[in-house]
Amino acid sequence: MGQQKRFWGCIVFLMAFLAWGLGRPEPGRAESGVPGVGQSFPPIALEAPKDPAMRTYLGIGAAQTFTVDQVDADVVVVEIFSMYCPHCQREAPTVNAFYELAQKKNRPGKTLKILGIGAGNSPFEVDVFAKKYSVPFPLIPDGDYSVHKTLGEVRTPHFIAVKRSADGSRTVVYSQSGSFGSPEDFYRRLMEP
Amino acid sequence: MKGRLRLCLLVVAAAGFLGLAPEGVRTAWGVSEAFHGKIYVPGPLKPVDSQLKVRVGDAAPDFVLPSVSGEKIQLSQFRGRKNVVLSFVPAAWTPVCSDQWPGYNIAKDLFEAHDAVLLGISVDNLPTLFAWTQEMGGLWFPVLSDFWPHGAVADRYGVLRSDGVTERAIFIIDKAGVIRYIDVHDINQRPPLEGILKELEKLQKP
Repeated sequence: MGQQKRFWGCIVFLMAFLAWGLGRPEPGRAESGVPGVGQSFPPIALEAPKDPAMRTYLGIGAAQTFTVDQVDADVVVVEIFSMYCPHCQREAPTVNAFYELAQKKNRPGKTLKILGIGAGNSPFEVDVFAKKYSVPFPLIPDGDYSVHKTLGEVRTPHFIAVKRSADGSRTVVYSQSGSFGSPEDFYRRLMEP
Repeated sequence: MKGRLRLCLLVVAAAGFLGLAPEGVRTAWGVSEAFHGKIYVPGPLKPVDSQLKVRVGDAAPDFVLPSVSGEKIQLSQFRGRKNVVLSFVPAAWTPVCSDQWPGYNIAKDLFEAHDAVLLGISVDNLPTLFAWTQEMGGLWFPVLSDFWPHGAVADRYGVLRSDGVTERAIFIIDKAGVIRYIDVHDINQRPPLEGILKELEKLQKP
């Protein structure tokens, strides 16, 4: 009888350990929190840029914070980057070229806008990156990594494109770490049916 | 009884399969995609594990160390000419270190605006430092190896940890060779760039 109790005690303990482990977030493991294709972008409150031109670009009015789904565009491309990330530094000119291409092609009903989120970067550090590479689109600091954590602690750069449907709902259509390739191909992929 | 033992072992194996290993041995990644699959993750470490041997106001101990570019760098060669920022990092190919110097790499003009040179130091040997900094795309500032005698310079400053790596530490030395700022940072976190620049700004003021 004692042996049987010990046996079931062992099973219950191990099952509890298993359930505890499964329920825990695992920061270093998979990109479990990153929104995948077909999912929605989490409604994270991002700090609105102070620059009025950047606020106008995003179409967020005078709000102190905004979510990606509130950006006034048919497709929103979010770049998770870091000033300290050499790959992001190398990609910066390509992302700028992608912005210029989108600006050239934007027209009513077919608009694409870009914003960056600086994982672990203070406002000062984001500003250093923006000045170094003459980044023309808004960069939002995420000094305490809180946004980065919510997005599954992705490697940088990570690009997430969110598309607005005819009914106004928004869905992720692209979510990948590393270079997106040529700006022209990426634009076609996101904007052309 | 043997059957029950087998069942127990099966559950333990399932736990292992699902990755329920202790925190310190979990696999993880460097934040930058540039280091994907190349980073060794030691897990959380004791924030500080050494005793400083110098203080603000002391003359900075002089040293000569070999650099990745081949030349030897002596601290005193900058005396009377440049402020010096020493950036000790614990180890090549580790998560926080791999995302620290690449940031300084795009801030060259900010260091120069404060009449400062930056010297990166680690206890890794030169071939390791060469491969690591190449992966970053090269760095504009000298990267020095305090490999042999192992960690001797780090030890003179009091930032050599008990496991043989250095602290993540910043020392700012003015043109007179005097230590003006020390930040022995939590080894698990990156010191913010603006902290260094704020201290350099103070040196500019009369």
